[in-house]
Amino acid sequence: MILDGKCPTGPIEKSWDNHRFELKLVNPANKRKYTVIMVGTGLAGGAAAASLGELGYNVMAFCYQDSPRRAHSIAAQGGINAAKNYPSDGDSILRLMYDTIKGGDFRAREADVWRLSQVSNNIIDQCVAQGVPFNRDYAGYLDNRSFGGAQVSRTFYSRGQTGQQLLLGAYSALSRQIKAGTVKMYTRREMLDLVVVDGVAKGITVRNMVTGEIECYAADAVCLATGGYVNVFYLSTNAKGCSVTANWAAAKKGAFFANPCYTQIHPTCIPQAGEYQSKLTLMSESLRNDGRIWVPKKKEDVGKRPDQISDEDRDYYLERKYPSYGNLAPRDISSRSAKEQCDDGRGVGPGGRGVYLDYADSIKRLGENTIRERYGNLFEMYERITDDNAYKTPMRIYPAPHYAMGGLWVDYNLMSNVPGLFVLGEANFSVHGANRLGASALMQGLADGYFVIPYTIGGYLATVKPGTVKVDHPEFKKSKEDVSARNNKFLSIKGKRTVTEFHRELGKIMWNNVGMARSKESLTEALKVIPKIREEFWQNVNVTGTGGEINQQLENAGRVADFLEFGELLTRDALHREESCGGHFRVEHQMPDGEAKRNDADFSYVGAWEFKGNDKEPELHKEPLKFETIHLAVRSYK
Amino acid sequence: MQLFKSTVGRKILMAITGQLMVLFVVVHLLGNSSIFIGPNGINAYAEHLHSLGPLVWVFRLVMLTLLLVHGIYGAVVTLENSAANPAKYAMNTKLERGFASENMIWTGLLLLAFIIYHLLHFTARVTPGMTLQNDLQGRFDVFSMVVSSFQHGTIALIYVAAMIVLFLHLFHGIQSFFQTMGWNNDCSRPVISKVGRLVAVVFLLGYSSIPVVILARILT
Amino acid sequence: MSDHKTMTLTLIVWRQKNANDPGKFETYTAKDITEHHSFLEMLDCVNEDLINSGKEPIVFDHDCREGICGMCSQVINGVPHGGQERTTVCQLHMRKFKDGDTIYIEPWRAKAFPIQKDLVVDRTAYDTIIQSGGYTSCHTGGVPDANATLIPKEVLDYAMDAAECIGCGACAAACPNSSAMLFTSAKVAQLAVLPQGKPEAAARVQAMLNTMQECGFGNCSNHYECQAACPKGINVKFIAKLNREYLKALFK
Repeated sequence: MILDGKCPTGPIEKSWDNHRFELKLVNPANKRKYTVIMVGTGLAGGAAAASLGELGYNVMAFCYQDSPRRAHSIAAQGGINAAKNYPSDGDSILRLMYDTIKGGDFRAREADVWRLSQVSNNIIDQCVAQGVPFNRDYAGYLDNRSFGGAQVSRTFYSRGQTGQQLLLGAYSALSRQIKAGTVKMYTRREMLDLVVVDGVAKGITVRNMVTGEIECYAADAVCLATGGYVNVFYLSTNAKGCSVTANWAAAKKGAFFANPCYTQIHPTCIPQAGEYQSKLTLMSESLRNDGRIWVPKKKEDVGKRPDQISDEDRDYYLERKYPSYGNLAPRDISSRSAKEQCDDGRGVGPGGRGVYLDYADSIKRLGENTIRERYGNLFEMYERITDDNAYKTPMRIYPAPHYAMGGLWVDYNLMSNVPGLFVLGEANFSVHGANRLGASALMQGLADGYFVIPYTIGGYLATVKPGTVKVDHPEFKKSKEDVSARNNKFLSIKGKRTVTEFHRELGKIMWNNVGMARSKESLTEALKVIPKIREEFWQNVNVTGTGGEINQQLENAGRVADFLEFGELLTRDALHREESCGGHFRVEHQMPDGEAKRNDADFSYVGAWEFKGNDKEPELHKEPLKFETIHLAVRSYK
Repeated sequence: MQLFKSTVGRKILMAITGQLMVLFVVVHLLGNSSIFIGPNGINAYAEHLHSLGPLVWVFRLVMLTLLLVHGIYGAVVTLENSAANPAKYAMNTKLERGFASENMIWTGLLLLAFIIYHLLHFTARVTPGMTLQNDLQGRFDVFSMVVSSFQHGTIALIYVAAMIVLFLHLFHGIQSFFQTMGWNNDCSRPVISKVGRLVAVVFLLGYSSIPVVILARILT
Repeated sequence: MSDHKTMTLTLIVWRQKNANDPGKFETYTAKDITEHHSFLEMLDCVNEDLINSGKEPIVFDHDCREGICGMCSQVINGVPHGGQERTTVCQLHMRKFKDGDTIYIEPWRAKAFPIQKDLVVDRTAYDTIIQSGGYTSCHTGGVPDANATLIPKEVLDYAMDAAECIGCGACAAACPNSSAMLFTSAKVAQLAVLPQGKPEAAARVQAMLNTMQECGFGNCSNHYECQAACPKGINVKFIAKLNREYLKALFK
């Protein structure tokens, strides 16, 4: 099937304005008759729930944490982009759009990216009005910095905790609506099923993680703002609770999963220290502004202390390969280069999986105090984890899975192919193409939540009658039974291996075979191994406790079971995409100098997969991508 | 009324009443110090106070009110606090809090007991073994009364002990007043904290010096 | 780095089946722990052992494991988050402990934070406090340009210092009175100094304080235990600021 993204036509500059005008409106008096379910309360979900509640809709919001303030958006450090052009350094909406399309390696929709760029400015205004403390200069004006792969300063930031401050802003708006009674908040609930009635999304089934009860909720529209899936690699920078479960539940109910192979591996993370490690810690990309990345030129030097390696024996490989961007080359390029050096046997630290990020030159040039002012909290964090003082010795960093560009397929209105099911933020596939630029995730989450869904959901709701399906509908009953049966199954296996062991095993195969560099062989092997792990999981997993209580093993079992199915889809997508683009790198498709080689003629499309069951091949649907404003070009950061 | 119900309102009431009583403690110390001048000093001072007539009673009423407000809210707040924190940790590690801040209710109650005793002792003069006489000028001889009392070791000890309790109460109380009134910031808090504790030390030394010098027969 | 040294520790952990269970301490041994394990990874290892020996693993809250989500909530040896300065449990590493140490692990204890299971407590009360006024009542859209109101850098830095609060609950857990004053004051102070928050400052401070009381938290009596326990270094000067704001509101 050829998918239609329903993008507006005509000049791109007017596209969103025209589209908003064309969208149907819901009469203010009727809005409270409509119920909207919001799953996930991070930047996208929190902002959306607050905005929809304020508009007058009846919103039910769900999150698995004990408070909406804890969603993993909170961990974003660096900043948020906007085309304000406050520094007058040549930025504009069009340039932000251009950078995002190019950064995404020409695998995103132009109209979506234009809209994102356009509303980016409103986001900054909105956040300031909420009391978000963005950094300012001594005159009281907002400060900007340049960030990962951009040549203009368009990034707004709150020290090293921008995500936290933006989330708390959205959380405060949400809290205001909860107080006003327009939003009902359900915490410690994990969505386990999407309820579809006659082809239309009408509700969800969740597990109450405190009582263990399986609960159903019906609504006129369901929004998923459930984040990304890179915990499929086991070790990632995501929170431990991040999963594909909600999205996978939707996929199993017919929603298409688009571009799952586009996963971002972040270059500046603290390397793994041992097998027991439970997660990887990201350090802001801003570190690359003043740090120089290197490895020893000679393999025999890797065991030496860094200060024993003279400057001429160091390979500043990013500066060497990308003279114009140097250490600021985009994430995918930096990550892959690090892997290349380590594969070449020149990686440093335990297991040879690390490269140096060195501040000696900056400290010499700017003084230790300036560096402390800029990155003090990151240096502290690094020391807490590694026990190394980065003012004295270079940091060791290594790439880690960080962000999922792929996600559920949505049209321009953020509605999936299942009517009534909307997908927001990282959970959808829409704007980042094959690679996301730094400081763009926060922008997308808030754009979707504050400024897109409040308009587009109205266009849908205006076409449906409110409250037609209630939780006593047989579909809800069936959903509840299915979910309970699956949980009981987990508890009844009583095998020999823990859930974490299976997750770790899956993670290893995903990281080694479907990680930063993928080949036909590695992917084919993964496709053989994953179903075996899955099979063993269902025979031999040991889930302790009961269903009627707080049971973290049971929660994890569900998530890992879904990763075991989804991992296969991700691998299959990577295998089918016979090109290299952005975060997807196929070793068969590279330029003579090792750069990614895109294949626009055959793969300039969104690959959206329809799940058909574990024993059947998923069906691929394509949405062709057209580039009319930004012309297809080879991405070069040299 | 917001002020009497709200957690901060009551805290402010306690802070202000407490601080006014601290002011009384200052004035009282200055007045008491007149004992070092000899019988003439303190007897004249006492005579002057008594000549104020109804004002004395107004003053006593004010002090009683301060004490009641401070005491009642102190008790209410303490009860509420222990209700809010019913279970204790198996390992009780203290970071910032100390003996003084944790035992305000107990030092407060001890002070209340002391005040009652002190009033019975030197104001109502009904405790046994008092030397009650007039001096040569026909004024009531406060000096002899005090000196003869403090020559008893037990009485002197009670007073010194009470002053240690007062010290503990004010060690936390004085700086706490500034925090509650919102006059603290990064720079002022360490200074206020130190000055508050210093003042508490001055009270301890100043007040205790009287029974001590009398007991040591330096002042007779 | 000494990767080969491992530690064996004795853990005395609070186990409580559910909110109604009285709960008790159980003793466990943590084996083969290196100095690079985080505290939670140490517990992960203990849990894997427990599961493999057919026992119920210890339930504890955690999520981001990088010190920002505020989910983790354990009192270690009597100190919330374990006592390393500006560090949450998830960022606490085992190099702070010695081979053979005995470690007490307890949940937050406060009436307003009822225990749900083992080390997991219900912190809804903090959300309720924010819901009663911890926001500016701006509408989505229809706000002025971000640079329309200038904010001096000192003011902004002050607001940011307060805004760093992660809402973990350590302040109330550490407070001998179980008072949530540091948490409440951080939000009051942040919004009181920013021009966007000033119009509602008086109503906000009164509403949030009333809610704090209603939720069952105690009264602040200036122990400053909260500041010492706060993993984000929130300063008690914000409590002074809240008191000031309260006084101002009284005379409005």
